[in-house]
Amino acid sequence: MSYVAIFITYIFVNNFILTQFMGLCPFIGVSKNSESAIGMGMAVTFVMGIASIMTYLVYTFVLVPLNLVYLQTLTFILVIAALVQFVEMIIQKNSPALYQALGIYLPLITTNCAVLGIAILNITEGYNLMQSFCAGTAGGIGFTLALILMSNIRERMELQPVPKVFKGVPIAFISGGLMALAFMAFDKALLINLLG
Amino acid sequence: MAQSKKEILTKGFFKENPVFIIMLGLCPALGVSTQVINGLGMGVGVIFVLVFSNIFISLLKNIIPPSVRIPAYIVIIAAFVTIVEMVMHAYAPAIYQALGIYLPLIVVNCIILGRAEAFANRNSVFDSFLDGIGMGVGFTLALTMIALIREVFGAGTITLISIGNFSGVIKIPLLYKYPVRIMTLAAGALLLMGYLKAFFGYLEKRKGVN
Repeated sequence: MSYVAIFITYIFVNNFILTQFMGLCPFIGVSKNSESAIGMGMAVTFVMGIASIMTYLVYTFVLVPLNLVYLQTLTFILVIAALVQFVEMIIQKNSPALYQALGIYLPLITTNCAVLGIAILNITEGYNLMQSFCAGTAGGIGFTLALILMSNIRERMELQPVPKVFKGVPIAFISGGLMALAFMAFDKALLINLLG
Repeated sequence: MAQSKKEILTKGFFKENPVFIIMLGLCPALGVSTQVINGLGMGVGVIFVLVFSNIFISLLKNIIPPSVRIPAYIVIIAAFVTIVEMVMHAYAPAIYQALGIYLPLIVVNCIILGRAEAFANRNSVFDSFLDGIGMGVGFTLALTMIALIREVFGAGTITLISIGNFSGVIKIPLLYKYPVRIMTLAAGALLLMGYLKAFFGYLEKRKGVN
C-alpha cells in the first residue's frame, strides 16, 4: 500500500472514531469545546505516531525472535503506558507552554483504544516500519478531524432548542451518527478512483 | 460499608449501568454489537476480566504504591485479557474471529480500569468480586440489547449458538427480506446509542420526579 493510500485510508475511509468506534470515550468526553478538542487531538496524534514505531520495533525485534508473540497485548499496553509517561515528562521539562496545552490530556491517552488499536492493526495488516508510522499519524489526524468537527457541532448545539432528554450526550451521539453517514462517502471505491 | 451486598451486586444492572448511565466501555459496545452472539461473547470476556482483575487489585491494594497504581492495574488487566484471548482462540474460534481487534482492546476498556480505580482499590475482596459480576452483567445486558436491536432491524436475524439441528440463526420474516441496512453500519450504531441514551435519561428523570 502506498503512503498516500494509507493516509487517505486512516483519515477518511477507516476513520478511527466514525467507522471503528475507537476512542469514542474522549470523542464524547472532550468534545465540549473546540480548544480542548484541538489539544486532545494533537496529543493523540503525537502519541499514536510514536507508539506505532515503538510497538513495531518491540514486536519485530523482541517478541518475534523470542517466540513471545502471545504476549503482544500485554507488551503493547506497557510500551504505550511507558511512552505516554515519558512524553509527558519530556514535554513538561522542555516546553511548558505545550505542557499547559496538552498536560491534562496526556494521562487519558494510555486508555484511549485508538492508540492500542493502531499498534495491533499495524501488526495484523503487516505494515513495515514507515507504513506503521504513517498509519499511526494518519489515524491520529483522522481522530483529530472528527473531534474538532464534533466540538464545533456541539458548540453550536448549545444554542439550539434541543428537546430536554436529548440535551448533551444523546444529541452528541446522534450528530456523530450523521457525521458517520457523511463519512460513508469516503469509501474504498473513492480510494481506487483517486489513486488508480 | 454503607451499601448492602445485594446493592453492590445489582447496581450495575440498571441503576449504574456502565454503558447507558456511566458511559464507559463504549468502543466495544458499539464495535461488536452487529450480532447477538458477538455481544454475548464479548460480555463473557469482559465479565471474566472484570471479576478477576477486581479480585486481584483488591487483594493487592495495600501492596501497590499509589504512584504507580495505574500501570500496575493495567498489567494485571492485560494478563487476564491475554488469558481470555488464548482461551477464546482455542475453544471459540468463530467468535474470536468476529470480535477481532476488540478482544485485545478489553485492556483499555474504561469499565475495567474505572472499576479498579473507583471500587476495587478501596473495598474488600468479596465486595469487589460482587461489583465485578454486577458491572460485567450490566455491560453484557447493555451490549446484548444494542446487538439485538441492531441485528433484528439491520439484518432481520437473531444469531445465537448453534445446537444440534438448530442452526443458531432465527430469521424474522419481513425484516429478513427488507432489512434496515443502516443499523448494521457504524452510523446506525451511533444513532441508536443516542436514542437509547435519551430513553434511559428519560426513564431516570421520570423516576426522579416520582
